[in-house]
Amino acid sequence: MTSTAAVATANAVEIDNVVKRYGFVTALHGVSMQIGDGEFFTLLGPSGCGKTTLLRCIAGFEDVSEGAIRLHGQDIAPLPPHKREVNTVFQQYALFPHMTVLQNVSFGLLRLGWSVSDAEARAKQVLELVQLGQFAERRPGQLSGGQQQRVALARALAPRPKVLLLDEPLSALDLKLRQAVRSELKAIQRETGIAFVFVTHDQEEALTMSDRIAVMSAGHVQQIGTPREIYEAPSNRFVADFIGETNLLDVTANRVSDGIAEILLPGGARLSCPAALGARAGQGHLSLRPERLGIAAPGQGQLQATVEDHVYLGTDTQLHTRLGSGEALVVRLQNGAAAIPERGARLGLEIEAGAARLLSD
Amino acid sequence: MAKPVDLRRFTGFRAITWLCLFVLYAPLVIVAIYSFNDSTSITRWGGFSLKWYVDVFTGPEAPKFRDAAINSFTIAIGAAVCATLIATAAAVAMNRAGRFRGKTASLALINLPLMVPEIVTAVASLVFFITIGFKTGLLTIFIAHIVFCIPFAYLPISARMQSVPDTYEQAAMDLYATPWEAFRLVLLPLMVPGILSGFLLAFIISLDDFLITNFVKGAGVETLPTAIFGSVKQGIKPNIMAISTLLLGVSVVFVTLSWIIGRAGQSKR
Repeated sequence: MTSTAAVATANAVEIDNVVKRYGFVTALHGVSMQIGDGEFFTLLGPSGCGKTTLLRCIAGFEDVSEGAIRLHGQDIAPLPPHKREVNTVFQQYALFPHMTVLQNVSFGLLRLGWSVSDAEARAKQVLELVQLGQFAERRPGQLSGGQQQRVALARALAPRPKVLLLDEPLSALDLKLRQAVRSELKAIQRETGIAFVFVTHDQEEALTMSDRIAVMSAGHVQQIGTPREIYEAPSNRFVADFIGETNLLDVTANRVSDGIAEILLPGGARLSCPAALGARAGQGHLSLRPERLGIAAPGQGQLQATVEDHVYLGTDTQLHTRLGSGEALVVRLQNGAAAIPERGARLGLEIEAGAARLLSD
Repeated sequence: MAKPVDLRRFTGFRAITWLCLFVLYAPLVIVAIYSFNDSTSITRWGGFSLKWYVDVFTGPEAPKFRDAAINSFTIAIGAAVCATLIATAAAVAMNRAGRFRGKTASLALINLPLMVPEIVTAVASLVFFITIGFKTGLLTIFIAHIVFCIPFAYLPISARMQSVPDTYEQAAMDLYATPWEAFRLVLLPLMVPGILSGFLLAFIISLDDFLITNFVKGAGVETLPTAIFGSVKQGIKPNIMAISTLLLGVSVVFVTLSWIIGRAGQSKR
């Protein structure tokens, strides 16, 4: 990992052990990650987890206290924002209200020394890409929220940055529009081939758009992986809980080896399931995805439970059950497939393959 | 679920309102009305006439008033320009430079002239100019006016800057603008309403100042307020009412302009 020589790499951004302190508060505790060229990379986490701080460190609005940030192998930590070949789409867009859309989009090109005619030609081309060609002479204040968002995207893309940084760019849009913009954004990313670093607290956004996701919490990276890896193989309790829904059961692991755990379930049944890296034998947390639990006759299956309530969710029904040992457990059943058990009914639960995973703390 | 208290229902609300308005504005209204008086008396109405306005521009005292007006406007424009430049620089430092040592003290120093009794500033300025051997005259008025105009220019400029989020400058720098370009191309244009408002306020404060001017003006140099005061000492003639009304008109126009510009700037965002 000690690559002192500036080797040509396929990485657009390398975050190397970055620490950020504000006085006595530490916002980032030695964060490291590599973001590949042309990758759609998402920083996902609850507010206050350090994802926006990390983005601002890459953009240059914050100095890093320790560590290095490399852009195509070059350390950019000492450079001021205007000398970094990265551009940002801001959360509230920050479009210049006194300039037209065209002036906004050509702003960066003119600062780079482009001629006015070249800059405007390029700006028009990018505005076409985001389907706003006919709005070039409008002021930002005359556009809708969704249009402003696309101008902000065009403005940041126009100078062909090595990396595009997006700070929760969809959070100011309403739900319907947000879903439409997601696929549009993903298409633009593929078309331009520029690496996107996308900050969000919305796990659905992260899962649907990203090539890879870094889940962050309290200034630490919890897990980096593809959406499928993050969802199906969460490495610890935080990730399992934050991504999707899950049941967390306190269990005893008798043995953990080669990534397989032998587990003693509440009620006495034994289960063999995958274990996250770092999970050890002893007391531990077992993640059970509610949609991968099946119902069976009482006495069958690995767990015995009583139905306490159900919640109708359209395509699915959520069963709130309680195990004999007292833990609550949620089961998600597809509607129409089988009869939904009544309240108070006793039933057995079958843990399907891929439902269970022993987590590290 | 308490009903909002209606201030107008309070006993005596109407009477107090009228009393305040009367004390504040009756003298101004009377001066304005009597400036159109045809008689030479300042208390008896003798019919409508513009003769005292004609007298201001052509009468025996006209050259004196003209020179004073030229001095007043020259000083007001110059002092307002300088005060606005200094106040803009101060506002940038106070609102955009982050935290620095002595920030609170700096803010207090900028606004202190608003709190210090004007007579104290006047005496202090005179003593200062004499001590350093500065000959009193137009230049000393000019310098004194710049100083006391700064807080008046600073307040609207700083208020405006606070309402412009610094993400605009960050966006500019993110798009390869140097800090100076970010200021010149993005922050400054967004600040224009505040700067104009500050300039107009400083202008009118300088134009109307009497006390400090009277102390530091030196012999033979007059501004409009000191010239009016000089004439009044020899008895109030209706031409004084005419010139006072003109000055009042200029003040009202500029203050209104300042207010409208400030408001237009706010509603634009």
